[in-house]
Amino acid sequence: MVLDIRFHNSFGDFNLDIDISLPTHGVTACFGPSGSGKTSLLRAISGLMKPKTGHIIFNDQIWQQGEQFLAPHKRSLGYVFQESSLFDHMTVVQNLKYGQGRTSSPLNSQESDHIIDLLGISSLLDRRPDQLSGGERQRVAIARALLPRPKILLMDEPMASLDMGRKREILSLLERLKSELSIPMIYVSHNVDEVTRLADHLIIMDQGKIIQCGSIQHIMTHYNILNNFSDEPFSLLFGQIINPRTDHNLTEIMVAGNVIRMPCLERPQGKRLESGQEIRLHLYAKDISIARCAPQQTSVLNIVQGHIHAIEKTSQDGQCLVRLLLGDVPILARISAFSCDELALRPKMEVYAQIKAVSLVQ
Amino acid sequence: MMGFSEADIMAIWLTFKVACIATLLLLLIGTPIALWLAYTKSKWKGPISAIVALPLVLPPTVLGFYLLIAMGPHGPIGHLTETLGLNYLPFTFSGIVIASVFYSLPFVVQPIQNAIEALGQRPLEVAATLGAGPWDRFFSIILPLSRSGFMTAAILGFAHTVGEFGVILMVGGNIPGVTQVISVQIYDHVEAMEYNEAHWLAAAMVIFSFLVLTLIYSTSRRKKVTGGLYGS
Repeated sequence: MVLDIRFHNSFGDFNLDIDISLPTHGVTACFGPSGSGKTSLLRAISGLMKPKTGHIIFNDQIWQQGEQFLAPHKRSLGYVFQESSLFDHMTVVQNLKYGQGRTSSPLNSQESDHIIDLLGISSLLDRRPDQLSGGERQRVAIARALLPRPKILLMDEPMASLDMGRKREILSLLERLKSELSIPMIYVSHNVDEVTRLADHLIIMDQGKIIQCGSIQHIMTHYNILNNFSDEPFSLLFGQIINPRTDHNLTEIMVAGNVIRMPCLERPQGKRLESGQEIRLHLYAKDISIARCAPQQTSVLNIVQGHIHAIEKTSQDGQCLVRLLLGDVPILARISAFSCDELALRPKMEVYAQIKAVSLVQ
Repeated sequence: MMGFSEADIMAIWLTFKVACIATLLLLLIGTPIALWLAYTKSKWKGPISAIVALPLVLPPTVLGFYLLIAMGPHGPIGHLTETLGLNYLPFTFSGIVIASVFYSLPFVVQPIQNAIEALGQRPLEVAATLGAGPWDRFFSIILPLSRSGFMTAAILGFAHTVGEFGVILMVGGNIPGVTQVISVQIYDHVEAMEYNEAHWLAAAMVIFSFLVLTLIYSTSRRKKVTGGLYGS
């Protein structure tokens, strides 16, 4: 089941050249700097923009091919826009019902109530959009897009206009939506944090072209590309919980054959963790140091063995970035160029990485 | 002292009828034009806007003159009415209604166009992604969200038709009960030195116009998105 997209469109001197097959399950993040054509891609998928040539085929349904063009209102998709896009002349509940009444198989009332509860907007139903905060509006817009039971949900930086607090709140709602609904999503973002948290697949765009695409694991393992957009280099690790809570209140996670221990991740109100559950870990390069022999009698919880793949001397700041491989999982460590010379680090050398801090991606 | 004569009352009633029918036609014709102008990226937008706006700058006699020619036996509209087996339009009630529609078109198109432009594409795009087709989008989104623009358009179209003189005189002449509207009747009174009668009708027009404008300005101040008035 795929979304097959191929088209070329030019806007003045900007050319959008797309040829890609996207899986129609899970979250596909479309990532890239501003002006790279992410929104145009989403508009072409939805039919709000009609590329001059090309095709867009969703599973087996032709959305555009040759002369055929299926109007957006017939495509059965949900679209969440960057800024609040609620209808000002309607109350929240009227907004929610707008799409529901215009589709053949909307969510039933039990399912809608579940979405409304999940997004925490059940107390706002009788309000007008101008009586809502930015975060509330965006939550209503997300619910409104979901209630008609679209076959795919397109989100164009839905959090761009929100402050940090609201962003965090919506991000965790999106995570819950992702785990509770089986609807595929395409999520446009230029925020590394959002992408590492939500995405299963990744498209990276630049100047109207797709420069990388694949599963996030594949891209994070083989390319360092997201780091070009992040202030602080980091690695993303995919692991499995092997013990949610040890006697010392730690959570143990298996990552590439190594056990990583973290302060217990279970929270009083939060969901309980289970063994076998897949999670993502975020490791900042600055939190990792390197030793040539196994450190002993240290308080550092996580020490893993790997080998050096490459060393990049970064600019003038006296630092260097060491790319380590634990099996085939890459980890970035940032150490001083002085230490690097002192330890005579070289590619292929076996070393120990001491992980001083690791955080859960959530 | 005397009030309105029978002829005056006939003129008032006639004016009211012309204005009502013209306003209805104006909304039906003006809305699609306004929609097209608001959303088109065509190179024809400029020329079409100019044509719609022509009555704003042309002397009514010029417009009336060409309409008279066009509706006459040798004009295109005249040919059309002839082929359809209808009478020629000059000096008829239908003739002045049609002339009024041309004359008042900018007053209806522009407020609607402004309101729709202020609305932007976004609400319509949202509606489309929620499954609403073009007609559905017009009635569920455009109409309610630019209601004040449509109100302004209807009121201005009506009031402007009530106030026209030159075009009607050119196209319709001065036939009591058929084409003799208030403004023409006032002219008639003045010509006949019946200043007293002229005063009654003239004062009625001033009061009517004042009330209409008060209505428009007070509603447009309450609402943020409006059609906007010329010069306002």
